[in-house]
Amino acid sequence: MTEKGVEIGIGKGPSPQAEGFFLASLEKHEDNFMITKHLMSEAQMDESLAKMAKAIIRRNKNMDEVALIGIRSRGVPLAEWLAKKVKEVLKQPVDVGSLDINLYRDDLSEVDEQPVVRKTELPFSIGGKGIILVDDVLYTGRTIRAALDALIDFGRPKFVQLAVMVDRGWREIPIQADYVAKKLKTTATENVKVMMAEFDGVNQIVVKDKK
Amino acid sequence: MTLSVKHILSARDLTKKDVDLILQNARALKEISYRPIKKVPTLRGKQVLLCFFEDSTRTRLSFDIAAKRLSADTAVITKSGSSMAKGETILDTIKNLAAMQADIIVIRHKEAGVPWEVAKAFPQISVINAGDGMHEHPTQALLDLMTIQDAKGGVAGLNVTIAGDIFHSRVARSNMILLKKMGAKVHVCAPKTFLPADIDKYGVAVHTRLENAVKASDVLMMLRIQMERQDGFFFPSAREYSKYFGLTREIMKFAKRDLVIMHPGPVNRGLEIEPEIADGGQSVILDQVENGVAVRMALLYLLCGGKEHE
Repeated sequence: MTEKGVEIGIGKGPSPQAEGFFLASLEKHEDNFMITKHLMSEAQMDESLAKMAKAIIRRNKNMDEVALIGIRSRGVPLAEWLAKKVKEVLKQPVDVGSLDINLYRDDLSEVDEQPVVRKTELPFSIGGKGIILVDDVLYTGRTIRAALDALIDFGRPKFVQLAVMVDRGWREIPIQADYVAKKLKTTATENVKVMMAEFDGVNQIVVKDKK
Repeated sequence: MTLSVKHILSARDLTKKDVDLILQNARALKEISYRPIKKVPTLRGKQVLLCFFEDSTRTRLSFDIAAKRLSADTAVITKSGSSMAKGETILDTIKNLAAMQADIIVIRHKEAGVPWEVAKAFPQISVINAGDGMHEHPTQALLDLMTIQDAKGGVAGLNVTIAGDIFHSRVARSNMILLKKMGAKVHVCAPKTFLPADIDKYGVAVHTRLENAVKASDVLMMLRIQMERQDGFFFPSAREYSKYFGLTREIMKFAKRDLVIMHPGPVNRGLEIEPEIADGGQSVILDQVENGVAVRMALLYLLCGGKEHE
């Protein structure tokens, strides 16, 4: 979620990590931003995640040894959704965990306020397992960099792959995704928003831009 | 989200929102202690100065461990073995240490108010009061609150009794303030010689018989008899104190089945509490110690954050 602050155009303003604050900041900036594009409806997200699940199963023959880990916040419900799709195909559940990357951010000395740390829950050992990180938007790549650092502190996974809903470009470090539902070119002022029912009341993906 | 205060000096200064923010972070940070690698890089390069001018094991260790789990560096200074033994004043000592670029000063001192003076002297450094005389010990109150919330699912409306040497206890003072603030009904139980003269000001119920207090309680916090602060006239003998105000299995017959028992440590076994109770299933004494590290991690994290303050 590191990129969010930049994405919604609040730049070096207060960190949006705290959920309450995040929503408040969205409201605050609602006036300056409007939806310019609808990328995916809930049904389309569902379809994309089903495709992604199949791609994951195709690539990883030994799914018993694979776990999905969602990056807080919106990667978590996405990982659970994706796990449901994997289960539909395999007829067996896949481990799901959640990772909070705030303690590993590279901009802690630059933000005005410390982001609220939320729980990392990995109810399984990651040593020797194949890990698929799940996040909503791939942007600068810094969140994933932090997530990799966080992950390694829990053990040595056999491999790590990355699944994201949207790859919007603008990478600042050499990181790429293995599974992408939607790739698109964006301008610097645009904000790609994967909305999740758990946090935003609705499942959909939109692009917002300055009025 | 950020704290409304720059220093953690008194439980009085914290807003309810501050308390919630601290404990929310503490609960998330607690998990780090269970990892195979018990360390995160968050406070790399930050310097925490632990100034313990009064004896301490667990509080000092707790801060030290908390800092290290977050990758901050610690330097410890104690009264003996420092230049204070050569007659240097506290402020001079700390000034010299602060010149070594401390980000946070944690201070314990036998005189009340010293942390405030230190905070005044170093406006750009966050100061945490780790116990000043008989005055306050806010981080203990925070970890006690976290322990109560975890054991009971909340604190508002609970009857919490603090029993023992209230007069000498900074733990009791910070706890009375914080628990009242968070909506608990606070009781104290002590012989009259152990009640502070201004106990009315705290708005707590006062008991002088332990069984009455125990009957009313959801949570019972036994305080340590501070032998080092007794000068003879507070109670006739340890045996007599233990007979009337010690928590025994006999007294526990009056207790609710789910009474939670706490003690800030170190425990005088057999004096204020029977060993069987201190080690029993209703005791959360070791949870308190564990939560202590988590709360102090949260405080260091929240206070170290952000850009340089102007």
